[in-house]
Amino acid sequence: MNTFALLLTTFLASAVEAVEALTIVLAAGVTRGWRSALIGMAAAAALLALLIVALGPALSHIPIDALRAIVGALLLSFGLQWSRKAILRASGYKAQHDEAEIFARQTSAARSAAAHNRAGLDWYGFTLAFKGVVLEGLEVIFIVLSFGESTHRLVTASAGAAAAVVLTIMVGIMIRKPLERAPENMTKLVVGLMLTTFGTFWGGEGAGIKWPGSDASILGLLALYAVTMTVTIGVLRAAQARAASLKAAAS
Amino acid sequence: MGTISGIARFLYDFFVGDDWVGAVAVIVILAGAGSAAHAGVELWWLVPIAVIGVLALTLRRAITRL
Repeated sequence: MNTFALLLTTFLASAVEAVEALTIVLAAGVTRGWRSALIGMAAAAALLALLIVALGPALSHIPIDALRAIVGALLLSFGLQWSRKAILRASGYKAQHDEAEIFARQTSAARSAAAHNRAGLDWYGFTLAFKGVVLEGLEVIFIVLSFGESTHRLVTASAGAAAAVVLTIMVGIMIRKPLERAPENMTKLVVGLMLTTFGTFWGGEGAGIKWPGSDASILGLLALYAVTMTVTIGVLRAAQARAASLKAAAS
Repeated sequence: MGTISGIARFLYDFFVGDDWVGAVAVIVILAGAGSAAHAGVELWWLVPIAVIGVLALTLRRAITRL
């Protein structure tokens, strides 16, 4: 493998992982606040740097499948919760701004503020970003180590991966503002969709499933879930409208 | 005691959320698919279908509770 081919390979392979991590960080940032998401990302980056310094090539022995299964199961569980709530709001079963729920949430949040907001952090946002970046970061490290060691050009392989990570961060900074302007429930629905998609993929991969097309199957899962959620919202809206017209006719 | 129950409640809310059926189903789906894969049976196509089934089930449960 020549230098350019090695650079391009590690760049593209790392870019796929970096985009996956970026999606999770953006999801955490837009919905839970940027401070916690960015601190989670920075903490993950620090942990990865520490692991590289402490373990070096021995890192390739970390049981990545077990990690994928745990992170995937958690993301899938979060994703289903978020999707369910967003679908109920989008279809009219729940108010877009449910005052009673907001009040209950605020009082509950006030009661458990010490547990949820320790050190001024939203732990949900922090851990979401942290887990996503640690998992994908480890995969980038594995890519660099496997290509770098097999070709005896670790510096070139690292340069390809570093370029992919820097480019992905720049893209993330550029699309941050437009994402913040999207309607709240639509954002939550998209985040639920993303978490469900990545949760299914990582959880399944960690459990031992071989997805057809490897990482490309993420797009298939995304499309399947997007169609399902859109159809579900349509069906529930129609049911809600039928119930409302029956109620109006009865009164 | 209050701190311990507060932490336990936080962990439950964090990992399980407002419907335990969804969290349990996720573990069952992934464990089942993993067992099948280790036995040499490829059931990758069943996983997203099962996930959609769980979403439908938890939606139904949520609507009946409203």
